[in-house]
Amino acid sequence: MSRTTFRNGTVLTAAGPVTADVEVAAGTIVAIGKAGSGGDEVREIDCGGLWVGPGFVDIHTHLREPGHEYKEDTESASRVAAAGGYTSVVAMPNTDPVIDSGHLVRYTIERGREVGLVEVASAGCVTAGRAGEKLAHLDDLWAAGVRLFTDDGDVVADAGLLRRAMDYLAQLGGVLAQHAIDPGLARGGHMHEGPVASGLGMYAIPSAAETVVVARDIELVRLTGCNYHVQHISAAPTVELVAAAKREGLPVTAEVTPHHLAFTDGDVQATDPAFKMMPPLRSAADRAALVAGLQSGVIDAVATDHAPHADHEKDVPFEHAPNGVIGLEWAAAVVNDRVGLDPVRFFEAMSVKPAAIARIANQGHWLATGAPANITAFDPKGVTDVRQSRSKSRNAPYFGRRYAGAVKYTMYAGAMTHEESGVLV
Amino acid sequence: MRHLLTTQDLDRDQLTMLLDTADGMVSLLERDIAKAPTLRGKTVATMFFEPSTRTKLSFDKAAKALSADVMSFTASSSSLTKGESLKDTVLTVQALGVDLMVVRHGATGAPLRVAEWVDVPVVNAGDGAHQHPTQALLDSLTLRQHFGTLDGVKIGIVGDIRHSRVARSNVFAFSTLGADVTLIAPPTLLPVADSEWPVRTTSELDDALTGLDAVYLLRVQSERGGASVFPSLGEYRARFGLTAERFKRLKPDAVVLHPGPMIRGVEIDAVVADDPRALVLQQVTNGVAARMAVLYHLLGGEADV
Repeated sequence: MSRTTFRNGTVLTAAGPVTADVEVAAGTIVAIGKAGSGGDEVREIDCGGLWVGPGFVDIHTHLREPGHEYKEDTESASRVAAAGGYTSVVAMPNTDPVIDSGHLVRYTIERGREVGLVEVASAGCVTAGRAGEKLAHLDDLWAAGVRLFTDDGDVVADAGLLRRAMDYLAQLGGVLAQHAIDPGLARGGHMHEGPVASGLGMYAIPSAAETVVVARDIELVRLTGCNYHVQHISAAPTVELVAAAKREGLPVTAEVTPHHLAFTDGDVQATDPAFKMMPPLRSAADRAALVAGLQSGVIDAVATDHAPHADHEKDVPFEHAPNGVIGLEWAAAVVNDRVGLDPVRFFEAMSVKPAAIARIANQGHWLATGAPANITAFDPKGVTDVRQSRSKSRNAPYFGRRYAGAVKYTMYAGAMTHEESGVLV
Repeated sequence: MRHLLTTQDLDRDQLTMLLDTADGMVSLLERDIAKAPTLRGKTVATMFFEPSTRTKLSFDKAAKALSADVMSFTASSSSLTKGESLKDTVLTVQALGVDLMVVRHGATGAPLRVAEWVDVPVVNAGDGAHQHPTQALLDSLTLRQHFGTLDGVKIGIVGDIRHSRVARSNVFAFSTLGADVTLIAPPTLLPVADSEWPVRTTSELDDALTGLDAVYLLRVQSERGGASVFPSLGEYRARFGLTAERFKRLKPDAVVLHPGPMIRGVEIDAVVADDPRALVLQQVTNGVAARMAVLYHLLGGEADV
């Protein structure tokens, strides 16, 4: 039987980081400690200086399949994810058709299995057709494996409808994940409301568009007891709301994207559509609050909102470009470079917490004997030089930039899915 | 200066040189044969992806007065209606053989993107609510003709500043040239965060009025949502219109400017619009001269602008 040993890395266990060897066989971690010399059947990987922890989990990926395979598909997205250190992704349901019933969930998961590079889980819509008018088949979705429910791309705006969804999901035990942007305050807007938008004369979206939705929704969490997750948090006052909800003991979590940690509305000045996404890049003060929130744990998780768009869709004036950027490949390096987390908090934000939020059973476990061999080895002192992408699309603000940190190895279910990233030539 | 995209890009020397050149063009346009051979053999494409009358005619006239050939393009009669992208459209026009593109577009930054795509100089003829730099040049030229300088001239810009590319262009051009600029509008028409603009702001026209040397009125732009951000046109006129009564309270030598088209009875009373101290038609005439100056400098006039 073939075995793999990650030798001499900083291993992230439930008891904290330890310098040790991690032995893997048959898809499972069989030992953590001082491994003997393995012989011919063992692949030895020198992990000196590397962090060896649970494979990353992205709870916000747009696979674009079915319906938009010219932007991305399950195979290309899985390749990108593996290169970024991910062993699992949660597919967003705003595909065509939208994922609002069980058979589409089963299709999405099955496509992930066929490709076999990462564990693909599927989110499901909150409302039928993602139309915001009546509930989707929540029981059916749940039975097919959905745990995270979202109309991502659109907010569930109707408070009465949202309350019914939360009553329902509270009973099932699911999580309501909200794309928190008030449609009235955001109407017509393309970027963050502030001095940059004023100078550009661009219709803009105030931070309050996010904060008012989360404030309202937290009141509904008090009412319903439903698990509630803020997607792609972007504004400092929203971070305050999440912190207060957590102090109160409410089941509220939040994710932040790498691009909101890396850039601000100042980067939009040149009107390059590579910097256009929803919610928009906000002020330097907002960015600082996001960084602090991720460090302290008020913001639980990093989630990429990997949102591929074809060149011809982004090669237009800013206001005409679709929202979204890709980022699965470089998220870990961007977070390491721009936030600088210790290894425990790093793997918590990249793996443990997101897996817990989306309830993915085989993912996000601190490394332990008997745990599934979903492992990422990350070099915090490495360099990721962003020049090209394995994605079908290249809509990202990262090109031409270098970030400290590199994903060296990704192992999914005992099989190596990626080796030696860093310099992409 | 390779392109003319915003007035924020221009320093005082560059603005002054363009205005000095425009002064010469004014003289040229006053001759019996108002045409010079300067740009003979050059082709200027005027590409208007958004409707325009005066700006397009003005650029056409400016190019022809310098003997350039003009190729015109309007969005409604183009392949854009067949789904062709902006990028393919401008690359197609470039391939036909042009030396300069004048671009108006409804989206902020579109001329900046065009400038990235093509190899010829690009003049922004208005992009969204962002910039309209040749308008600022012609307005600066008009004010300089009247006052001799913009240094210390007190200019009040009144109206829909938030949605106005004219205001954004003028704020930076006027203040770079030394003027003292006040923005006057209801709170919903002032820019949201203007702390980095070299201006004062107020919502009290009647307080500001008597101190001004020039009142620059903007059109209420209902097509940009202007009409939905104050209660009614009647209420707007009552508080922010330059009525005959307010006009009487201006300094005796103060002047009135408007970029056109004017909506008489809303932002300006007819009797004010027709007063000799309203410089509206002089602005239009100066527009040709200012645009001639821009074409001249971008198409191989002195390279050191």
